[in-house]
Amino acid sequence: MDEEKVITCKSLSKKFGDFYAVNEITFDVNKGEIFGFLGANGAGKTTAMRMLCGLSFPSSGEATVAGFDVYKQQEFIKKNIGYMSQKFSLYENLSILENIEFFGGVYGLDRKEIKERSGLLIQTLGLEKEAKKMVGELPLGWKQKLAFSVAIFHRPKIVFLDEPTGGVDPVTRRQFWDMIYEAAATGITIFVTTHYMDEAEYCNRISIMVDGKVEALDSPSNLKSKFSVHSMDDVFYQLARGASRSAD
Amino acid sequence: MNAVTVKNITKTYDKGKVLAVDNISFEVKEGELFGLIGPDGAGKTSIFRILTTLLLADKGEASVAGFDVIKDYQSIRNNVGYMPGKFSLYQDLTVAENLSFFATVFGTTIEANYDLIKDIYDQIKPFSNRRAGKLSGGMKQKLALCCALIHKPLVLLLDEPTTGVDVVSRKEFWEMLKTLKKQGITILVSTPYMDEANLCERIALLQKGKIMSVDTPENIIKAFPYTLYGAKSDQIYKLLNDLRLNGQVESCYAFGEFLHVTLKEKQENGKKILRVIAEQNGHSNIWIEEIKPGIEDSFILLSGEQG
Repeated sequence: MDEEKVITCKSLSKKFGDFYAVNEITFDVNKGEIFGFLGANGAGKTTAMRMLCGLSFPSSGEATVAGFDVYKQQEFIKKNIGYMSQKFSLYENLSILENIEFFGGVYGLDRKEIKERSGLLIQTLGLEKEAKKMVGELPLGWKQKLAFSVAIFHRPKIVFLDEPTGGVDPVTRRQFWDMIYEAAATGITIFVTTHYMDEAEYCNRISIMVDGKVEALDSPSNLKSKFSVHSMDDVFYQLARGASRSAD
Repeated sequence: MNAVTVKNITKTYDKGKVLAVDNISFEVKEGELFGLIGPDGAGKTSIFRILTTLLLADKGEASVAGFDVIKDYQSIRNNVGYMPGKFSLYQDLTVAENLSFFATVFGTTIEANYDLIKDIYDQIKPFSNRRAGKLSGGMKQKLALCCALIHKPLVLLLDEPTTGVDVVSRKEFWEMLKTLKKQGITILVSTPYMDEANLCERIALLQKGKIMSVDTPENIIKAFPYTLYGAKSDQIYKLLNDLRLNGQVESCYAFGEFLHVTLKEKQENGKKILRVIAEQNGHSNIWIEEIKPGIEDSFILLSGEQG
């Protein structure tokens, strides 16, 4: 084995009635990789992600996440991954410190660990003065950074980011990617979805789903040369234009 | 005549504690396709709600299609088409029922203005008996646009119609707007996607309730005061940090495949300076070129100046 695989996925499918939301997808994600998971609306991204996060059983195929089986070891998967989405971030009516403590507890860290790590995290983020402030009072950029830090607080092997930068201003969006790079450099694997095609370029490899299937999987530069275009926007457009279905 | 006039509008929430819109003024000309460009929290939705008479401003004046938002609020409601950011049609009614409902509410019929929506409605017609709640994102968006157009409004107000929508549907949607513009309808549209700014005739860049600039996309880009360089190497993230730490570099941001870099002082040989910095830091496969800035470059610069 050349590289450590954090996700392995072989002919993974999910059927709702006779509709294949996810249709035999196969790919691996390496340790420390930034893996972009793209697709048109309704291509099956969310369904695939739910299976990989241990939230939904596949209909057929095989997959492991952080070394655990998606059929039999869902609870272990949940303990070993982090998750952040644009919609769900943190409890607005709890302070920064309370949010960190709460999520640390949910992920089963003991009090001592939580205390040590939360002190360190607040220091790293430079939020010493704000630690007791309600999260609701923080600017959006800070909320996003904090939400990401909380998602990797229990030091998961992999973190799933579902459109983490939607609606965020251009500077904050880039600062957020700085954090992603830093986390990846420490060995955390990043699995990220986005609608911003420039962000697709920041990934080591990306997959593009169309109608339930993975239609392309490679580094951004290889994809661009394969499709003889200059931007990821055009790669995506060429692939997704042929999609026959669309949904949320 | 201006189709939309906004003059010194201020709006606060929570008893004045939250300043959502901060003394904003701009005008949209008749027949113009005008974009409000800004991230969440810039004040875009508050502006739309004030213009659609759903919210009262604390201060300032505004008019739409010549009608004052306070005195003539009823006329505004009859003459604008509004697509809110959140899908707001009746989920339990079918596609056809929604359309006919909105036509009736505005005292017209689907047939009366069918030519206006035909191109868009044809795309969702095969699903006319499906409930709106069961439609896909792209189809919901098309139905919402039809419902906003069915009374042939003078001004179309679209609040983030393409947010969360994939690249293909976004392209289709902007094509539809171009077609509508040709028919003389004034369109005020907001978006957090900077690349969509170029599809508007004029734009206002918004951040934290303030307008940073109002002009054509071309003029905003022209006003970018620095020479901009694109840079990349085999280790792009390391290059980003190396350039940022260098005293000669004013700014350095990741932009897709490249880094966008500006230098503190105007230099004849800026390309060479950057190459030397990259080489000194051990980079290989270095690529550095002078490039044209885009709206996002301008936005980042202006928001930095705003503080």
